[in-house]
Amino acid sequence: MPDVEETAPPFRILPKLTDHNRDFWTAGVRGELRFWRCQDCGFYIHPPQPICPTCHSKDIRTESVSGRATLATFSVNHQPWMPGPDLPYIVAIIEIVEQPSVRLTTNLVDCAPEDARIEMPLRVTFEHHPDPDGDIYIPLFRPDAERGE
Amino acid sequence: MDENDIIERRACISGVGQSDIGRRLFRDPLELTLDGCLAAIEHAGLTTADIDGLSTYPGPMGTPAGFSGAGAYDVMDALRLNCGWYGSGLETSGQLGSVVNACLAVASGLATHVLCFRSVYEGSAQGEKGRAAVMPGGGGGGGGGFKASGFMQWNLPFSAPSAAIWIAMFAQRHFHQYGTTREQLAWIALNARRNAELNPKAIYRDPMSMDDYMAARMISSPFCLYDCDVPCDGATAVIVSRRDRAKDLRNPALRVEAVGTRIDGRPSWDQFDDLSTMANRAAGKQLWERTEYRPSDVQTAQLYDGFSWITMSWLEALGLCGLGESGPFIEGGTRIARDGQLALNTHGGQLSAGRLHGYGFLHEGATQMWGQAGERQIARPPEVGVIAAGGGNTCGCLLLVRE
Repeated sequence: MPDVEETAPPFRILPKLTDHNRDFWTAGVRGELRFWRCQDCGFYIHPPQPICPTCHSKDIRTESVSGRATLATFSVNHQPWMPGPDLPYIVAIIEIVEQPSVRLTTNLVDCAPEDARIEMPLRVTFEHHPDPDGDIYIPLFRPDAERGE
Repeated sequence: MDENDIIERRACISGVGQSDIGRRLFRDPLELTLDGCLAAIEHAGLTTADIDGLSTYPGPMGTPAGFSGAGAYDVMDALRLNCGWYGSGLETSGQLGSVVNACLAVASGLATHVLCFRSVYEGSAQGEKGRAAVMPGGGGGGGGGFKASGFMQWNLPFSAPSAAIWIAMFAQRHFHQYGTTREQLAWIALNARRNAELNPKAIYRDPMSMDDYMAARMISSPFCLYDCDVPCDGATAVIVSRRDRAKDLRNPALRVEAVGTRIDGRPSWDQFDDLSTMANRAAGKQLWERTEYRPSDVQTAQLYDGFSWITMSWLEALGLCGLGESGPFIEGGTRIARDGQLALNTHGGQLSAGRLHGYGFLHEGATQMWGQAGERQIARPPEVGVIAAGGGNTCGCLLLVRE
């Protein structure tokens, strides 16, 4: 069953959908985290670019990854910059296990600030935001209980 | 490298100037810009008729509010300048990229005296609403249907709209890898404040103790309020002159001995390969590849502190201390004091003297090297100084030598 949060989400500024980013922001409806990937050399490309940066192939498509990731770094944010999650919340940079050079800035959820540890294993979860331009599923990350610490 | 290839050496800093500086001046930003520019021209012993080049960072920009007080054309027209070369732009090696461009312009003969400026009015633009006023959607909530695109789509949906958070994550990684502590980080802010006490133009001049620092509210860990620079209004200008045409000017030439502009790795805040350093690692390395001087020759360092940890990062990138060793290097604040081995951010940096956005460091370095810094003057005016500005993916640096 897809790991999708269905409780009322906090206010978020949503992304403007384009042909390049639509899969990334909407595939969470199926519980999938998707990135562009070079079909010739297998390199994952993020943020989206029109050609593969390593082999320059234009044969690129979006593919699902496992949703497993590692915490590269984080910050516990206490400042009310704008409406958003309850304070404090954790902003994180994660690396996907398939290709650690692919990073996402995201939020670490279901984790107390004092429990956050760089290098800890994480797993994607999606926050559903209905939107007239197309529902958005924001990929957030939580500690991965299965892989433990 | 053949010395003839290091053409920035044909350039020098010949004058500096500043407008009034204030937390919120509510003045015409172009007027402030022109005040700074005219002060620099006068300080160099030149007139507007001598200025034949113009360079600024970032050029005209509507957002974020207050980020750019004037563009090159605004100043060119207001001062009726005729220019052999001019330019502006955001996509360059930090705020000092505009100064490097000016050096290359005079070295190539396109101009003789280039007026360079950086003008901000972020204090007034934010007004009473503070930072919220300049957040996407204009603050006050709801976002007004605003949707994020471009690179902002990768952080705004995660409620990470501020460079405070982005840089805090670099700092956190540095803490993790090297055991850096907040007690060490604090010395960037404390050193800045004790210097600002002696700078009549600084924004915050009241003494600050370690206890004050530790008691401040957290912004984004590991940064507290005092790790974040203070938005202000003001303009800073410098004159870059052809060195062979600067001999009879008012101030001894400050030769641009070498510059650092290189970027390696991805030009991104979160995709950069090593999150314990920044684009400055390559710029700092390049600078030393272009000169016989060594880091141990540097007598003053004026290093960007948009957030306190950025200064630590520059200390390492420039080899002024070992990689990962900036924490122990600054701890206790003795080495980096005005009478220490490496006088650092002697005007108070942007943390205490105001976010003049890069150019304040060049203004201060030059002022110290000319012995014109008044009460905060380093006892022996430095002959060799390094100036660095920028963070994340936009970083540049200059090595200056007094002739």
